[in-house]
Amino acid sequence: MKRRTFVKNAVLGSFAAIIGTELVFGSKMPYGYTPLALQETDPFKLFNKNKEMVVLNDKPWNIEAQAHLLDDKITPNSSMFIRNNGLVPENINPKKWTLTIDGESVKNKKTYTLAELKSKFQQHTYQLTIECGGNGRNEFDPPAKGNQWTVGAVHCASWTGVRLRDVLEDAGIKKDAVYIGFHAIDQHLSGDPKKEPISRGCPMFKALQDETILAFKMNGEEIPLAHGYPLRLVVGGWPASVSGKWINRISVRNIVHDGEKMTGSSYKVPCKPVAPGEKVKDEDMCIIESMPVKSIVTYPKTGATLKKDSSLKIRGHAWAGELEVTKMEYSIDFGATWKSCTIEKPVNRLSWQHFSASINFPKAGYYEVWAKATDAKGVSQPMLTPGWNPKGYLNNACHRIAVKIV
Amino acid sequence: MSTNSEFQKKIKKAERTAYIATAFSFLASILLLFTVYDPTFSVFGKKEVTPIYTEVVEDEDKIENGIHLRTGLIDAEGLMTVVNNCTNCHSAKLVTQNRMNAERWNATIKWMQETQNLWDLGANQEIIVNYLTTNYPPLKKGRRMNLTNIDWYDLKE
Repeated sequence: MKRRTFVKNAVLGSFAAIIGTELVFGSKMPYGYTPLALQETDPFKLFNKNKEMVVLNDKPWNIEAQAHLLDDKITPNSSMFIRNNGLVPENINPKKWTLTIDGESVKNKKTYTLAELKSKFQQHTYQLTIECGGNGRNEFDPPAKGNQWTVGAVHCASWTGVRLRDVLEDAGIKKDAVYIGFHAIDQHLSGDPKKEPISRGCPMFKALQDETILAFKMNGEEIPLAHGYPLRLVVGGWPASVSGKWINRISVRNIVHDGEKMTGSSYKVPCKPVAPGEKVKDEDMCIIESMPVKSIVTYPKTGATLKKDSSLKIRGHAWAGELEVTKMEYSIDFGATWKSCTIEKPVNRLSWQHFSASINFPKAGYYEVWAKATDAKGVSQPMLTPGWNPKGYLNNACHRIAVKIV
Repeated sequence: MSTNSEFQKKIKKAERTAYIATAFSFLASILLLFTVYDPTFSVFGKKEVTPIYTEVVEDEDKIENGIHLRTGLIDAEGLMTVVNNCTNCHSAKLVTQNRMNAERWNATIKWMQETQNLWDLGANQEIIVNYLTTNYPPLKKGRRMNLTNIDWYDLKE
């Protein structure tokens, strides 16, 4: 046995003793890699998250907010959901970080350092709504496979970076370009270095929008590691999976990008509506683009008890993917009547909008306050869970909170 | 004092630290070798080191109130087969938050084998699927569930 192999096996053996399980694919573990199980195990400390965040999965890390934690107009890191497909990378050296633009439809393959990106291109700051495609999955019946997100897989932080368009144009885009696909450095859960955990993208029209940026700052500071440090593609209004983290390469494709989680049934819904539980072939599934109209009541926290004759001030946010929210309403009688809320304009396109209302209740008892947003095309949120789909995406049913008047 | 003896003192100190470090790493490697090749410390018969290891073993798969503590899985027939095959790559939380019938679990296993490097489960597949459908059956939710687990509080404006 070679000495190095022996040492590695011995080390793996001791890992097994500590973690209490055999590390499958341990032999494929990169040299110098420390399994997450041996590191800081408190995710709230590890990622600086609010203690009330809910951990859905710890391998990979998937953590969501509760509605009342999203009350800020600009979501702070402490309340931002984490959805990871692979393992959070480590030992990132921003000085050596590069971004390569390649692909069939790029005129000149080019590589930029972070410093070059920052100095060569104009910087922009936008507040962008990013919602996980599977937010609300827990309500589908029959249940859909995957992390059972409830309402908290959405955030709207302030992102600073350079426009993807400026960078792509600097490298040169061929006329046959149809899609971009990102690549990142995170590692597949199985430890297989040949596998990418996720490599998604978007059509050229979305890639070239003003607000589609390569960000290196979040809320004015360096992006937290779990959210993509040192470089994240931020694509507001579309499923969060398009906003790739830890980006080191973007391919300009002459076909719809076929990276990991672009094919099969990932981030796709049936092209035609189906009955709950119906089997759908992969070829009958269509890629999700803009997210649907949705809103969330962030104040008060559900469960508020208040005295009769006092009025309740509610507030929250509403968003509608590529569109603007034009109307916001609430109901305290399960949709029999709706009253309007005040809704602010977005600070920029693709930012969520803030709403508020003051509610008076007719008599003591149990109430639910339901909120409903309507987008610029007149499409509203459904009160019921919308069309069932095999992977449980796009649940934009009205959010509600429980209130008791005593 | 002269810088020379100061320097020598520092060297001595560094030397001592080096000795201690070497001793520690030596002890650590001995322990490591035992963990790998002689986890029961059988060479020593029943010496005092043994209980330390036993303690760890007990903790690993401790069951409390019918729950396997390390994974949070329900203690029932097939538990360890699930622990050993389904919690290596991802957390048990991903398993238990998904409530599916046998057909969909089998399809999910097939998907993991085709795309996620999951190994052939052989006869264990039936044990695993039985465990999951028995202990984590699908729940009926209808078109919208009632709000539950409401934590009532007095709202102070």
